[in-house]
Amino acid sequence: MSVAQGTSRTTARRLEHFLTYLLLVTGGVVICIPFFWMISTSLKQQMDVYLFPPQWIPEPVQWDNYRQVMTFWPFWTYVGNSVFVSVGSIVGKLIASSLAAYGFARLRARGRDVIFVILLSTMMLPSQVTLIPQFILFSKLRWIDSFKPLVVPAFFLGPFYVFLLRQFFMTISFELEDAARMDGCNSLQVFYRVILPLSMPALAIVAIFEFRGRWNDFLEPLIFLNSPSKRTLALALQFFQGSEGVLPQLHLLMAASFLSMVPLLVLFTVAQKRFIQGIVFTGIKG
Amino acid sequence: MIGRLLASRGRNLTRREALECYLFISPVCIGLLAFTIGPILASLYFSFTEYNIIRAPKWVGLGKFHDLIQDELFWQSLKVTSLYVVMHLPLSLVLALGIALLMNQKVRGIIFFRTVYYLPSVVSGVAVALLWMWIFNPEFGILNTLLALVNIRGPAWLFDEHWSLPAIALMSLWGVGGSMLIYLAGLQGIPSELYEAAEIDGASRWRRFWFITLPLLSTVILFNLVMGLIASFQEFTPAYVMTSGGPNFSTLFYNYYLYENAFEYLYMGYASAMAWVLLVIVLILTLLVFKSSPMWVFYQERQKE
Repeated sequence: MSVAQGTSRTTARRLEHFLTYLLLVTGGVVICIPFFWMISTSLKQQMDVYLFPPQWIPEPVQWDNYRQVMTFWPFWTYVGNSVFVSVGSIVGKLIASSLAAYGFARLRARGRDVIFVILLSTMMLPSQVTLIPQFILFSKLRWIDSFKPLVVPAFFLGPFYVFLLRQFFMTISFELEDAARMDGCNSLQVFYRVILPLSMPALAIVAIFEFRGRWNDFLEPLIFLNSPSKRTLALALQFFQGSEGVLPQLHLLMAASFLSMVPLLVLFTVAQKRFIQGIVFTGIKG
Repeated sequence: MIGRLLASRGRNLTRREALECYLFISPVCIGLLAFTIGPILASLYFSFTEYNIIRAPKWVGLGKFHDLIQDELFWQSLKVTSLYVVMHLPLSLVLALGIALLMNQKVRGIIFFRTVYYLPSVVSGVAVALLWMWIFNPEFGILNTLLALVNIRGPAWLFDEHWSLPAIALMSLWGVGGSMLIYLAGLQGIPSELYEAAEIDGASRWRRFWFITLPLLSTVILFNLVMGLIASFQEFTPAYVMTSGGPNFSTLFYNYYLYENAFEYLYMGYASAMAWVLLVIVLILTLLVFKSSPMWVFYQERQKE
């Protein structure tokens, strides 16, 4: 290969690199504009929100907006409600789905695979088909306007998580399990002494997925909760918006919206790597 | 292999093992019956009744389905949802794939970009809807301000019945990172030897994409397609938070209209009928996608265990 050819190849590589970065940066900027706009609005004085042309950088920066958001409505009550519902759901789904996944992955029984297929097929079900009877059931049980409809079913549901954890459990070697059984462990002991400690990454993914789902959930809290004091953060945000689509306190609304996003943004930035592994796992081996 | 190992443990264990298996899966089985299969059957029953929760359900046969056919808003909600699928699904599938290809480049700092591109899909629901309402604000919103910079007078977006649905579809593209990540996972599962071999054979970049990447990714495309289809029919929050189905019913999503019937007017029978129609539609569409898949999905031979 001649020297000239070699150089032209490096030039081409460089150009390619440059173009890749150009695309990456342009796309990244476009994606960040909404976040930027939200934060910028959240730090403006009320009057400055409706300036034309709009201010990109707030002047003066109103850090006080965030203090107001936390004090002038029961912000922390809503946060507490969201945390309670999310944590309750996470605990429920972790228990139910890991138990079931162990059964489906490593214990044999007649009809097991049929049940598993039925369970999987319910993932494709539009939720509306079950929502109305669930609502009727919960109102007969007098569970409406409590957190029970949002938390109790979690201890019995989670087909996707069962699938995900089953995939993971199947990769754990049987030698470990057999050794534990030799030492006199029964299945339950094998489950929590051998399988669970080895499955922390997968369990973390279940927890993260469920946290996101519950934290962002709007329809179910809207249907099942009535009292203002029981609202989750997402539900409270909608009521904060005010009637008739008017946004009288936009700077505060944006501050509150941003605050509601912070836990998710932080969690996913920190857990990003683990999370991608999880998706690789479900995506490829499925 | 698993079977052989288990079989070696002898017969006595098998019975006990089965019992244990049932115990382990029992919570999920109870949930399957109480919160999924039971409600499905119940909603099928309710769809043949007139029911408002307060009074006992009254059997009306196919009456509710008959009402549905004559309900203009029902057809409007179907139209809106279908239009949304047509606008949103192809665009988001292609965009997600494009970004995933970009994210699969081995350049420095790619992890950082991955996070940035993925983050919007992490936040969804009310806060995102509120943010985009403000972005779409015709006078003070950032979108029309940016358009004005290039001398385009932006429409009234959510306040204009021709632009409200495209606006929501545009907003949904912001969250394309979720399916992007699934594509990326698929891309990273393609053995690099295939590309190397093709490169040695002198295959151009385009041919490598067309004959290696796309076929090996087709199962992932299928997955994203089916999931996107189902998700589109469940879209609710934007309609509720941003537009209340308006203006002039232009964003009357199927799920939103169902919600109104069920939980605002307490027409449980009618809403159940709607839910069942939706179930049938989704089933048919999913079946069509799967039936057509042999034509365009390439299944790798399963590796032996």
